[in-house]
Amino acid sequence: MTKLDSKIPEGPIKDKWTNHKNHINVVNPANKRHIDVIVVGTGLAGGSAAASLAEMGYNVKAFAYQDSPRRAHSIAAQGGINAAKNYQNDGDSTYRLFYDTVKGGDYRSREGNVYRLAEVSGNIIDQCVAQGVPFAREYGGLLDNRSFGGVLVSRTFYAKGQTGQQLLLGAYSAMSRQIGKGKITMYNRHEMMDIVKVDGKARGIIARNLITGEIEKHSAHAVVIASGGYGNVFFLSTNAMGSNASAAWKIHKKGAYFANPCYTQIHPTCVPRSGDFQSKLTLMSESLRNDGRIWVPKNMDDVMAIREGKKKPTDLSEDERDYYLERRYPAFGNLVPRDVASRAAKERCDAGYGVNATGEAVYLDFKSAINRYGKEKALVTGVNNPTEAQIIELGEKVVEEKYGNLFQMYEKIVDQNPYKTPMMIYPAVHYTMGGIWCDYNLMTTIPGCYAAGEANFSDHGANRLGASALMQGLADGYFVLPYTIGDYLADDIRTGAIPTDSKEFNDAAKEVTDRLEKLINIKGSKSVDYFHKKLGAIMWDKVGMARNATGLTEAMAEIKQIREEFWSDVRVPGNANELNPELEKAGRVADFLELGELFAKDALNRNESCGGHFREESVELDGEQKGEAKRNDKDFAYVAAWEYKGEPGEAVLHKEELTFNDIELKQRSYK
Amino acid sequence: MNLTLKVWRQKDAKSKGKLESYPVSGISEHASFLEMMDVLNEQLINEGKEPVAFDHDCREGICGMCSLYINGEAHGPDRGVTTCQLHMRMFKDGDTIYIEPFRSKAFPVLKDLIVDRGSFERIQQAGGFISVNTSGNTQDANSLPIAKPMADKAMDAATCIGCGACVATCKNSSAMLFVAAKVSQYSYLPQGQVERKERVLNMVDQMDKEGFGNCTNTGACEVECPKGISLEFIARMNKEYSSASVKAEN
Repeated sequence: MTKLDSKIPEGPIKDKWTNHKNHINVVNPANKRHIDVIVVGTGLAGGSAAASLAEMGYNVKAFAYQDSPRRAHSIAAQGGINAAKNYQNDGDSTYRLFYDTVKGGDYRSREGNVYRLAEVSGNIIDQCVAQGVPFAREYGGLLDNRSFGGVLVSRTFYAKGQTGQQLLLGAYSAMSRQIGKGKITMYNRHEMMDIVKVDGKARGIIARNLITGEIEKHSAHAVVIASGGYGNVFFLSTNAMGSNASAAWKIHKKGAYFANPCYTQIHPTCVPRSGDFQSKLTLMSESLRNDGRIWVPKNMDDVMAIREGKKKPTDLSEDERDYYLERRYPAFGNLVPRDVASRAAKERCDAGYGVNATGEAVYLDFKSAINRYGKEKALVTGVNNPTEAQIIELGEKVVEEKYGNLFQMYEKIVDQNPYKTPMMIYPAVHYTMGGIWCDYNLMTTIPGCYAAGEANFSDHGANRLGASALMQGLADGYFVLPYTIGDYLADDIRTGAIPTDSKEFNDAAKEVTDRLEKLINIKGSKSVDYFHKKLGAIMWDKVGMARNATGLTEAMAEIKQIREEFWSDVRVPGNANELNPELEKAGRVADFLELGELFAKDALNRNESCGGHFREESVELDGEQKGEAKRNDKDFAYVAAWEYKGEPGEAVLHKEELTFNDIELKQRSYK
Repeated sequence: MNLTLKVWRQKDAKSKGKLESYPVSGISEHASFLEMMDVLNEQLINEGKEPVAFDHDCREGICGMCSLYINGEAHGPDRGVTTCQLHMRMFKDGDTIYIEPFRSKAFPVLKDLIVDRGSFERIQQAGGFISVNTSGNTQDANSLPIAKPMADKAMDAATCIGCGACVATCKNSSAMLFVAAKVSQYSYLPQGQVERKERVLNMVDQMDKEGFGNCTNTGACEVECPKGISLEFIARMNKEYSSASVKAEN
């Protein structure tokens, strides 16, 4: 087994990043002009990296499958971004953010990486404010904060329910400035089809112009993959329709190890499914759990009456409701981490207490918050002896200010008014903590190929805390990669432009063309979506919120079978030399059909429960934590990095042992 | 419900297009408009025909990728939503629905319902930013207090998703609401003051070069904007522009 070198710098944890920066190679400004960097994906990680690298002087080529960098799915992040600013004077610190993140990730992340993330978190807020990102403010003009799950301090910065949008538009504005200056060449409506290696190093990519279908060769001295996560392997998820794993999967097949694919975040608060036509699931921000209380009826009679439409949730008295998170986890209540909240919802629904026709929904209720805010507001605005109606009116206004766009979004989808009746929610696939393995410098196992943001695996362990994805994406792109990439590129100052007429580029381009032709020429009987839905159903049933060895073994075999069926019976209309959305989809689903199998294999290998990965074989049997997930540090305190060997099921496991020097491994307790 | 769809089909930018008629049946009122389009495409693929190309991505009303001119309205008959958030409960069984691309000289059709909004990109590149490099030593965020009403105004302007509904709906194909939103956002913030004048001049200049029409204050853009961007921002941009023009000559 190859030893994976994570390249974590020596020394005390608080000095590692500073020392590392002080000792790595730097490329002088005049030489940066002779170096090209390709960035694939323009979300928070890719966008911020592309802008920062261009500002430093590198020639950047950025690629997005959408028609503008501003459309990347980071834009959909609602709730906020964490930073250890301690503006609220509640004792926050770099250490506390580091600790919360490692604990929240169920002790399956790298201490060194997470500490660095916490360390640069404050810079991110400063940078974004300087760019003109309109964060929410208090009346004194200073920045406001809110709380998120899994932590006891208020460290989340936000811009209404559109924080991701505002941060992405910040990075996009920085990119636009560099595009205007010619330092970034932007390739919109282009998809990366493969990576090109020359002498073992990443030296470029093959891309497809999605408008003309033309296959293009692009060279560079380094390639950054920032293409997001692989949640769409489940078909239904909160990801965008086009979100895909292809860039990550292609580099995996060319030598980049894929780490912890089974670590998936199932987000507790999403709009429940409503029918077979459904194409995606919509998230309701975790920030709602600041003020919303989650419950199901205590009595089965009430559940039935509600499902049959004989009773309304508002008819039930406090005594008839089971606020199950508050009951099970008094210390954190409705603000337990996402994995815990999701499993608790599943537990209640499996026990038959789900409140909609499908039996897969729980309530998220704002009545208490509306009352509380209404009373406060009445006091502040001098309304004496307010009536109940006045209190509700005032309270609804406050709630609207905080979450108005989310409430509107809910009402448009479900056709119910969440100010008047509780929202119905259920967990849905949201984020993938696993991803391309990378070292402390974010370099993958392919020299010169980097992975940033959700595409890499590095910071969230087995579960990501809320408001930490935006933090990580921007940390990687603004403050980590621009430094670490120089260490590698310092050797390339005399290389000169990489030619694209070499055998390596021609072979890679031919491979891409052949595969596209193959997809078109199958001319089978079933649409791409047919296969994607079939894969998604298996993933959700057997590789979803609860997993066991039997189900996972079956899933691996079934996915392999669907893959074979896909390659013999898929129907892709049109041809490869035109704008062809079905062909784009076919290529992505073909990759998901491989990734899904590795995902199940990884879940099967990890016979412990940790974070978002829950193995039914591994639960606490007694004591205070009875029924909670049981981690196994003795056998599984490692990163599972998989090496591709021709078939996803034959991938070879490489272990990176995780060591904890600054945090004691403990069972996570939110009780 | 059963519907008749009249869909704009156009092979590529150079070809001529026309409306084709397609029946669809068994559509749930809970489905979104684009999920209805998915059903149509699945049907076309099964019939061996080419599916309809349309832009879409997040399907939750924030990425700005989806467009469509539905029954003569950008993003369809509902208010405050993008096409992906439009639900079929807004239609009745038996309806005929006309589905066309966003039309404007500055948004050429690429295929079927997909248009090229690259002109918006170039306007952003002309000045839609604050010139600040990434730096680990930016001043502390709270050293720059911003009055809440100003911050809120900036946020209202910043919610623009760049979808182009304002252009599609305007009889002049004007991009004023889009440009005004960006200009206004920065004009409210202290960070935006340094480049305030050149920003508005450059962005408006680029807007004119792209072939967008002028604003005649019909207010249609505000009505159709899925994010409720206010017409007031256009007034604000006009003020910004004239003040910058006068000063620029000095």
